[in-house]
Amino acid sequence: MYLKIAQFILILILSPFLFGVINRTKAFFAGRKGSPLLQLYYDIFKLLRKGAVYSTTTSKFFIAGPIVSLSAVLTALLLIPFAGQPALISFDGDIVLFIYLLGLARFFTVLAALDTGSSFEGMGASREVQFAMFVEPALFLSLAVLTRITGQSSLSGIFSNARMSSWVTYDPLIILVLGALFIVFLAENSRIPVDDPNTHLELTMIHEVMVLDHGGVDFAYIMYSAGIKFWLFGTLLVGIFLKGYSCGQVTASVVFILGMILLAVIVGIVESTLARLRLLKVPHFLIVALALAIVALIISMR
Amino acid sequence: MNNLGDFVVIIVLLMNLMMLSSSRIRTCIRIVAGQGILIGCMPLLNDFHLILPGMVISASLSIILKGFVFPWLLFRAVQEANIKKEVEPVGGYPLSLLIGVMIFALSFWLSTRLVYTKPLVSHLAAPVSFATFFTGAFIIVSRMKAITQVIGYLLLENGIYLFGAAFLSEQSLLVELAILLDIFVAVFVMGIAIFHISREFDHIDTQKLSELKDSIISKQDI
Amino acid sequence: MQIVFYSLTILIVSGLLALCLNRFFKPANFIGALGAISGCIVGLISLFIVYNNPASAVLTIPWTVPYGSLSLAMDNLGILFLFLIFIVSALSALYGMESLRCYSGKKNIGSLWLFFNLLIASMVFIVLARNAILFLLAWEMMAISSFFLVVFAGEKKAVAKAGLIYLIATHIGTLFLLVMFGLLGNSSGSFDFSSWKIAPSGFMPSIIFLCALIGFGTKSGFMPMHIWLPETYPAAPNNVAAVLSGVMSKTGIYGLIRILTFLGMPCSWWGYLLIAMGIISGILGILFALAQHDLKRLLAYSSIENIGIISIGMGVGILGMSTHNPVLMVLGFSGSLLHVINHAFFKALLFLGAGAVLDKTQTMEMDVLGGLFKKMPITGISFLIGAAAICGLPPLNGFISEFLIYLAAFKGILGAGSIVFVSLGIIAALALIGAVAVACFTKVFGIIFLGQPRSVLSLEARDPGILMRISMLILAFCCFFIGLAAPFMVNGFAVIIAEVSGTQMMIEYTLAEVIQPLRYIVSGSLLLYGFILLLVFIRWLLLRGRRIESALTWDCGYAKPSPKMQYTASSFAQPIVNFFKGILRTKKHASKINEYFPDSFGFKTETADLFSEKVFNPMLKSVHDLTEKLTWVQHGQLQIYILYILFTLLALFIWKL
Repeated sequence: MYLKIAQFILILILSPFLFGVINRTKAFFAGRKGSPLLQLYYDIFKLLRKGAVYSTTTSKFFIAGPIVSLSAVLTALLLIPFAGQPALISFDGDIVLFIYLLGLARFFTVLAALDTGSSFEGMGASREVQFAMFVEPALFLSLAVLTRITGQSSLSGIFSNARMSSWVTYDPLIILVLGALFIVFLAENSRIPVDDPNTHLELTMIHEVMVLDHGGVDFAYIMYSAGIKFWLFGTLLVGIFLKGYSCGQVTASVVFILGMILLAVIVGIVESTLARLRLLKVPHFLIVALALAIVALIISMR
Repeated sequence: MNNLGDFVVIIVLLMNLMMLSSSRIRTCIRIVAGQGILIGCMPLLNDFHLILPGMVISASLSIILKGFVFPWLLFRAVQEANIKKEVEPVGGYPLSLLIGVMIFALSFWLSTRLVYTKPLVSHLAAPVSFATFFTGAFIIVSRMKAITQVIGYLLLENGIYLFGAAFLSEQSLLVELAILLDIFVAVFVMGIAIFHISREFDHIDTQKLSELKDSIISKQDI
Repeated sequence: MQIVFYSLTILIVSGLLALCLNRFFKPANFIGALGAISGCIVGLISLFIVYNNPASAVLTIPWTVPYGSLSLAMDNLGILFLFLIFIVSALSALYGMESLRCYSGKKNIGSLWLFFNLLIASMVFIVLARNAILFLLAWEMMAISSFFLVVFAGEKKAVAKAGLIYLIATHIGTLFLLVMFGLLGNSSGSFDFSSWKIAPSGFMPSIIFLCALIGFGTKSGFMPMHIWLPETYPAAPNNVAAVLSGVMSKTGIYGLIRILTFLGMPCSWWGYLLIAMGIISGILGILFALAQHDLKRLLAYSSIENIGIISIGMGVGILGMSTHNPVLMVLGFSGSLLHVINHAFFKALLFLGAGAVLDKTQTMEMDVLGGLFKKMPITGISFLIGAAAICGLPPLNGFISEFLIYLAAFKGILGAGSIVFVSLGIIAALALIGAVAVACFTKVFGIIFLGQPRSVLSLEARDPGILMRISMLILAFCCFFIGLAAPFMVNGFAVIIAEVSGTQMMIEYTLAEVIQPLRYIVSGSLLLYGFILLLVFIRWLLLRGRRIESALTWDCGYAKPSPKMQYTASSFAQPIVNFFKGILRTKKHASKINEYFPDSFGFKTETADLFSEKVFNPMLKSVHDLTEKLTWVQHGQLQIYILYILFTLLALFIWKL
């Protein structure tokens, strides 16, 4: 129990670090020196020290948005296993709670965006809910495949190290699921090619534009929840990769964290080498994830 | 279980889906060529002692034809007929992709109803070969251009070959060779036809071929 | 048990009294509402008594109606539905006491209360009835009284049309029920429910089930029998709409479950059929909801979606029963029953919230509203809770019921054969429904309550009076409370599921398996609340003593932003609506621009119902065309009509003799 709480706190501390890794990788590819690895920590601390400016249009709801979103993401983090160890809370069907908590976060982020009355933010909100329509079924179905393979319907059960033998025989399926989950991962974390985390240009923006009017402590909450969300989805991918790997607790943890860093590097490479998709093409891209998941599920019915 | 066989078959399946979702004709040609090569290799994935010399010959023949000769012909047709790049599916790409997935589900279900001797390469070979076959048929139905219809025929043929290859019998390979010859002629003729159609009409949209039929209005005009 | 009669008496007497006082608006309104509320409270007390003393639950009084007997009973299934009927009706009446004041001097309020109270009484009778004739009488009573409630508000043609469609649809449904009861009674020789314990054999159960599905499904609004619903709910006064959608549509579900108990072991294809209908209703319902501009119409379509979810749950339960899989059975039925309760609460809440908005702004057109959260905070907060609950978001009640159905599907995916395909379909459909529901209700709440007012209509809005606020807040509290009390409630379902399925042993065992996850969910919800409090506290701590300023919304450097520049409901929904244009067939009307500086420009979209447009209207038209050819029979001459009668009599004689 104490160990699990320690792990939880470790994740809370570590997760913003991955953004630094992504930015460094991108800087490396662009031939720049890049921002410090701990940049997101600096940003968050700077924001926490600021006062607040609110738009006259907004209501109290605007403040509730980031708070509820971050709480939802933190609660979701409690369900996520770490390095093959069961999570703090795990039960049959916690997959559903996990995805719906992220849905709660989305619900409040979207509403906070609509509260500003700005067209830009309305646009971003509208796109966000549209893309969620493809991402959520894809995520559900990918996890359903993993459920079918492992016979477990909880995240901790799926990713626990105990059931390796069944894992190996399903290789081709795992690749399909990984593909689907990677697309979901990119979309949910608003990375290229779905969204561009760096631009504020209204034609390209989805997630960034929704939080345009937030500042100070509220924005710090938002940035931090982005960091944790990255960890949440990263765990699903890295967890699948390291599934067959078994060793001591400490080594496993170290390997797991290294895996997350590697994932951040991969995301950096993807972002440096790919261009953002045309907005109308994004649903098409997300449907690919859905198709992969369905194909994997059908194959798993052998 | 033969994991390598599974892999190859799944890649063939993914190529079907890619074909349905890709918007460029040249990409489609490349996909169908790659698929031809992969499927051509299928009989060779078996245990060494099961492979007969006849199979090697027919496999290499089909690899050469489907992997290199047909694409070359098709590329030439694209170039000479000055075809636009877009594929123009009926109903949009997302719908075609989802239909592709449904085709696979259907094929999977069909293959469970089929009574057959156990395949040697991969247990997925039968459903995927059905899916490839139906996907080819679907492409022929849903795409506007003559050249994409040729690609559909090739896909259809790939499906048949995969089925034969997976069950590894000498006779089916013979049948396959005969079909290959048919398709070869078809591609050849289609290539020439496309070239001529495009020279006459400045486009190769098959829908507009319907203008050629006798129409009452035009007779009244005369 | 007798106490229920006091409740019914109070309802009917107060309704009649209100009708007598029709000329005086205030007393009539007061007495009608008070009668409804006190009747419901007495009813709740009777439920409590029967629950603690099940022996008093049966009552049979001799009756002279042929084939009928006045036999009533209250079992646990009945108690659950009666509980919902009493609570939602009481709160709607409380709300109506204030909100109906707008009809003062225009309408005969007494008649409204008479029919409202009759509606409640007839619903209670439906649940209590243990005889087919009695059941059908109550059913008809419910249909008639709700019809009068629907047409109460309108001089408008649309309202009359809605009423007509409703009347026809509900009677087609009743027709099927008549056939169904006829078949059931025929096979056992009696119309008492108690004599139907032995299940009929052969094809009969399937035919009875299909009749029940069409008959009860029409009342509940399963697609494609839903077409009356999007017309009727918007036409009805708000508190009536809350009752119609919240509990009246559930009587159909009750009927379906009740009939299941007479049919013995169900066939598995019934389950598949219910699941398929549920998936279609769910997905199409929420998509059509998203495309609407009128708030009440949107809520009506969302009712169809929720009925779809209930139907999926029931289908899973039946599938579990027929395949002897107790886990599926328990999860499916308990998810579906819990969703019945949940939907009654949050949909009533949303209709009442919509009513408060309508009351203050005189419009339900979302695109002209905006910024109401600041002006009517209590309405806003309760509406928000309703919206979040209907999207199935944790930690509210909607999540729990959807979770149970999801869990059933995840258990089903581990099985083999066709059940895996079905589970896959359920998971995909529920995920899609959930995502579109979030889009739909962020649109509703975001556009109506947040941002700036889009027109003068919403400038003067303020929270309604104390009665309306209290009824909304109680419903919101229920949504919130069920989210935390779910394990206990699901525990209580054990008896009901045992009643429905007729098996006892497995249920206790599987319920434990079901309740364990729910306990974890509750602890997760508590942690979520904990995190929220913690973050609020941190924010307060950090911002203490710091400067908090106000400014304009960032407008990209544009100097004069106006409320009209905000995103509208239509533009918010456009990407999804456009993606499904093949199904939704939204029509766009835009006025043409001819000059360089046009004064005005209009753009309008409307989404008509797929089934009315493509199925029912053409079908009715062909029937109409067909019957038109028979007009020669109608001469208008009395002699000829008498000749017809003679011929008929003659034919009957020849046939019988």
